[in-house]
Amino acid sequence: MLDKLKIPERNYLNNGHGLASWLLTKDHKRIAIMYLISISVMFFLGGLFAVAIRLELATPAGDFVQADTYNKFFTAHGVIMVFFFLIPSIPAVLGNFLIPPMIGAKDLAFPRINLLSLYIYWIGGVFTLYAMLSGGVDTGWTFYTPYSATGSNSNVVPVALGIFIAGFSSILTGLNFIVTIHRMRAPGMTWFRLPLFVWAHYATSLVQVLGTPVIAITIVMLGVERGLGFGIFDPARGGDPVLFQHLFWFYSHPAVYIMILPALGVQSELISTFSRKTIFGYSFVAFSSLAIAVFGFIVWAHHMFVAGISTYAAMVFSFLSFSVAIPSAVKVFNWTATLYKGAISFETPMLYAYGFMGLFAIGGLTGLFLATLGMDIHLHDTYFVVAHFHYIMVGGAIMGYLGGLHFWWPKITGRMYSEFFSRIAAILVFVGFNLTFLPQFVVGYLGMPRRYHSYPDEMQVLNVMSSAGASVLGLGYALPVIYLLYSLKKGAVAGPNPWGASGLEWQTQSPPLTENFIEVPVVDREPYEYEHVVAKEKHLV
Amino acid sequence: MKIFGIPIFPEQASTFAADVDALYFFIFAVSAFFALVVAIAVIYFGIRYHKTHDGEIGARIEGSLPLELLWTVIPTIIAMVMFGWGASVFYHLRRPPAEAMHIYAVGKQWMWKFQHLEGQREINELHIPAGRPIKITISSEDVLHSLYFPAFRTKMDAIPGRYTDLWFEAQTPGQYHIFCTEYCGTNHSGMIGTVTVLEPSAYQTWLQGGGMEGTLAQRGAKLFNDLACSTCHLDTGQGRGPSLKDILGKRVELQDGSTAMVDEGYLRESILNSQAKIVKGFQPLMPTFQGLVSEENLVALIEHVKSMSPNATPAAAPATSAAPAAATTQSPAAAAAEKK
Repeated sequence: MLDKLKIPERNYLNNGHGLASWLLTKDHKRIAIMYLISISVMFFLGGLFAVAIRLELATPAGDFVQADTYNKFFTAHGVIMVFFFLIPSIPAVLGNFLIPPMIGAKDLAFPRINLLSLYIYWIGGVFTLYAMLSGGVDTGWTFYTPYSATGSNSNVVPVALGIFIAGFSSILTGLNFIVTIHRMRAPGMTWFRLPLFVWAHYATSLVQVLGTPVIAITIVMLGVERGLGFGIFDPARGGDPVLFQHLFWFYSHPAVYIMILPALGVQSELISTFSRKTIFGYSFVAFSSLAIAVFGFIVWAHHMFVAGISTYAAMVFSFLSFSVAIPSAVKVFNWTATLYKGAISFETPMLYAYGFMGLFAIGGLTGLFLATLGMDIHLHDTYFVVAHFHYIMVGGAIMGYLGGLHFWWPKITGRMYSEFFSRIAAILVFVGFNLTFLPQFVVGYLGMPRRYHSYPDEMQVLNVMSSAGASVLGLGYALPVIYLLYSLKKGAVAGPNPWGASGLEWQTQSPPLTENFIEVPVVDREPYEYEHVVAKEKHLV
Repeated sequence: MKIFGIPIFPEQASTFAADVDALYFFIFAVSAFFALVVAIAVIYFGIRYHKTHDGEIGARIEGSLPLELLWTVIPTIIAMVMFGWGASVFYHLRRPPAEAMHIYAVGKQWMWKFQHLEGQREINELHIPAGRPIKITISSEDVLHSLYFPAFRTKMDAIPGRYTDLWFEAQTPGQYHIFCTEYCGTNHSGMIGTVTVLEPSAYQTWLQGGGMEGTLAQRGAKLFNDLACSTCHLDTGQGRGPSLKDILGKRVELQDGSTAMVDEGYLRESILNSQAKIVKGFQPLMPTFQGLVSEENLVALIEHVKSMSPNATPAAAPATSAAPAAATTQSPAAAAAEKK
């Protein structure tokens, strides 16, 4: 049957040709494609720095690059991956592409602002990359004062300014999503018929809109301190260096949820689709996203348990940190329960979803160690922390991103990729990831501090294991580039709904029309009903 | 613990180590249990409910309120146990006993400088006796650092402009790592050292050796004269500055009517930023010494001032002196509340 399918004659990809039709587009789908290309470039750039880091750490002595160069490498890795890949990744690509068709809308509420956010992202990115290439910055992505204010003589202000600019892109995307989800839902698309992907993006958008201004203000304060000599953070001028940490983490802890919440949304879609079963406890999964977003704002000082905050403040923040663990656990249990009595199959997106369960579970559970006060004193700023947040931000967020990309690729491009190679890649990513980061928990408990250019000899074996794993992981990340690009020309035509999924976005053609639907759809069903999907497929045959 | 000669678990060299490791194994066991339950369920369901024919769909199960409550309440209870246990270990870790032996540490790009009250000074090396609680007061001469003893399972940031502290009781003689765990610039990973835990008798022998320039307090007394502190701060109370005799651990009344506890943080602030708190009845005449006294000399001066209060309890300083202004100045009401 699939062979007889054709790519629809009229779709968003061939509606206009030439560079200008892309650069001046107001189509959320084309903007998403441009985001996809941009963040992919950033991902592989950030990945290059990771390769350099793992090469350096293959031997205990600092013998691959100079210490200053190494410090600039891990800063570049962190800045690029956090601000220019992870934060935009799922929202700006998948969210941008899918939220309108998922809710039965023609486009986002503000198409021009959507395009503006992409340009702002580009300007911020170019700014930061230029500052990094013309000398770099060596403060770590956290920019802790007073080192960043008075100690470092690298390009702190230009890089920070690039992040400042890119922040507005994030705010605008969040704002656009919030208004779209409130105002653009098709008739019958009630809040509790929204796909959980949309709920997750709604929660994410709240964090983007409320949190990002705080980092912007913090960067301005750092800039006036460094540039104009204000004494905000420098104790020699009457400032408080720990104040910077409060402000920084007030944004940057919730920012972790900007990265992971959309992946949790993707996960719900994948688990439901590939077990052909409605999500277990829909409202609990939906509200747990909001709970995570809200609790995420009141746990920031758990990054500062040894930064001289009072004993009792530390206890309050430890207590609150555990509150984030509960909604995360609720999600995992609900996904597991969804599989019960499902009709499960393991196409590539489901392999990513299974991998996600494992990595997110380990990432979440190791967070318990760090939230526990007596334990965190030993683990803080060691490789245990590095491993933990990579399990969440790479293991969780990137697994979710890749799972989502593979799931919606046929919708985005109209074509299928190689099932064989994509399964291989999914397995390589999962295995390579664990080989890379499991040893880091061990070496972290041994006491190896993060951001070390050289380290004691007895920690070499674990570091070599990690570096070896990273090469497998790198292969797993590189492979999709090849088969996904190949699929654009040679892939089998996918048809509107190759997975038998239930969402509204699968009821329109692949690739969709510029206006998504020929006429405004009317929603008269609950979410994740597979009975009618099967009926419709039979009807087509 | 080692496997094939490779260490995979750090040595337990302090009284905390066993407590922290017990907590670690508890959380590990709980985590492993939940991870296994989920893993087994997910894999079992994946096999048992594998799709067998085209068009097959899953059973329509919307959810279950009892189950949701169950897997919300049970993790919450377990999390609270973790929190409580962790907080109690932490509380112990943050409360140095009154009889703790006192050592000063100064972090500086890129070295750790230690000063013993007896006068010994060390760089990137620290000699301590086993079986005795030791409190280290930490400061920084430039940027943030963090003093970390993995074998003792404790660390604390060095923050420019204020004092922080940590304590431990080393148990097992031997040599262990000292790391800097707060990124501090170029040679961050070179800011490492060795702590040597000695039997008490060997420690006494070590104290005898090495060139000495008097105790820390004696060095402070010399500085006290060299910097002309002694011309105003007369023991009689008749000088232009307040007498420093027997002030440690007491509250002094300030010009604005509030009171301040005299501890290391207060003394530090009064030397470096003398206008911040003026004792009632005195004029703001004292020059600031910001930038004129190094961190090492500052602790010598403070030790000298402390030696002028021979009857004060050594634990007068709070475990963590929070932001200098906030911790040491209190309104009379707050001071009264604290006494309760």
